[in-house]
Amino acid sequence: MPLKSKHLLGLEGMGKEEITLILDAAESFREVLERPIKKVPTLRAVTVVNLFYEASTRTRISFELAEKRLSADSVNFSSDASSVKKGETLKDTVRNLAAMKIDMVVIRHRSAGAPHFLARFLEASVINAGDGAHEHPTQALLDMYTLRKKYGKLKDLRVVIVGDIRHSRVARSNIWGLQAMGAKVVVCGPTTLLPWEVEKMGVEVFHNLDDGLNGADVVMVLRIQLERQESSYLPTLREYSQLFGITKERLKLLNPDFTIMHPGPINRGVEISDEVADGPYSVILDQVTNGVAVRMAVLYLLSGGEGKFEETS
Amino acid sequence: MDAKALNRALTRIAHEILERNGSAKNLALVGIRSRGAYLAERLSKLVGEIENTKVLVGYLDITLYRDDIQTKLEQPIIQKTELLFDVVEKIIILVDDVLFTGRTVRAALDEIIDFGRPKGIQLAVLIDRGNRELPIRADYVGKSLNTTLKEEVVVKLTETDGEDYVRIVPKARGRTGATKK
Repeated sequence: MPLKSKHLLGLEGMGKEEITLILDAAESFREVLERPIKKVPTLRAVTVVNLFYEASTRTRISFELAEKRLSADSVNFSSDASSVKKGETLKDTVRNLAAMKIDMVVIRHRSAGAPHFLARFLEASVINAGDGAHEHPTQALLDMYTLRKKYGKLKDLRVVIVGDIRHSRVARSNIWGLQAMGAKVVVCGPTTLLPWEVEKMGVEVFHNLDDGLNGADVVMVLRIQLERQESSYLPTLREYSQLFGITKERLKLLNPDFTIMHPGPINRGVEISDEVADGPYSVILDQVTNGVAVRMAVLYLLSGGEGKFEETS
Repeated sequence: MDAKALNRALTRIAHEILERNGSAKNLALVGIRSRGAYLAERLSKLVGEIENTKVLVGYLDITLYRDDIQTKLEQPIIQKTELLFDVVEKIIILVDDVLFTGRTVRAALDEIIDFGRPKGIQLAVLIDRGNRELPIRADYVGKSLNTTLKEEVVVKLTETDGEDYVRIVPKARGRTGATKK
């Protein structure tokens, strides 16, 4: 079964079969990353543009590595060193890139829906690398991959997402994805940082951290987005840290064999304490390693051309 | 070709491998997924029994090295490559069920060489059905069959299909998938 769309815009509406297909393919690419030559010639004929309209370290480098390890040609674009500064619109920028015959676009944009907009008029495949506070599908896929690798399954895992759910595209993608895979998702944070009617997404909601953590298998700690905190969602960071910071004492509430995740970048001492971030149960760096394999899987699966499956032997 | 004939062919190939290479030392059998992998396992057992030793086995999935990956509608499912030994200075016996166009073997050669520089690579196939598109030949052949492009060679193995046999059948109409499935 192939993926239904030639784009990866979000996990909302994506079913268990499609997610499983991507995670299974990622398993094979994980093995490629252990080889002496960590590169395969699969996407030799493919050109990918990485369009980053917003700052990014992990995601951009991870996509770039994934492209290089598949032998694709990649071109990087960052908005502050381009004609965007001269007032060019997103549509014009991308049309110009398309005129240069590209096959895939990886886009991060501060506005929700920017990748969907591109997908409407571009021939190329569009991969969402984070759009505003909407979705970040490859991050959720790598989180699910990391959890599936540890527990062997995702079904019936109790996953608590803690923190700034309102501004978090990582949270939204994970809620859709994890629920499609049969996990129980709980969100926990101060009321000001939860989206309105978040319970309509099918999650349990807690405003008290200890209640939320009780009996959970996985804690996904979100970053307090300091750059989006001007409009007083929080009285002080100190208060947030005391009420919602993940500390060693609080880990006692979790099920044995629990896991701590964080999509990065970490504000140490705010949403997570040093000892928890660096503890043996933390998979934060595994998430980063797995990210390359998951992105290779997505690039591979979306790169199918047109024609027939010819016999080889 | 029935189960008995298939087994006899593999036993003969095992002897030929030893005859040519002198001993099982330094040999590694590498099967191309999916059916070549089971044949490699069987051959390693046969060679091991003759020489009273254990022979290394590895598995290759050549999907990522295919030359038609950009031209297909659907991406094939990838399985894992498992070469858990160092290929450097080994004699690699590549094993597949059917040798046809030679494209799979070309991909497998490229993949193995990305793991290191073996002393040599030899090719063992159960069936050579001709119709090559690349200059590739097998060192060990179970059986050569004269086939046309309108025919398919069906190989069934106990490990995947519950029984062992090889048959030539007319190519199914409108079928575009690989014949080995």
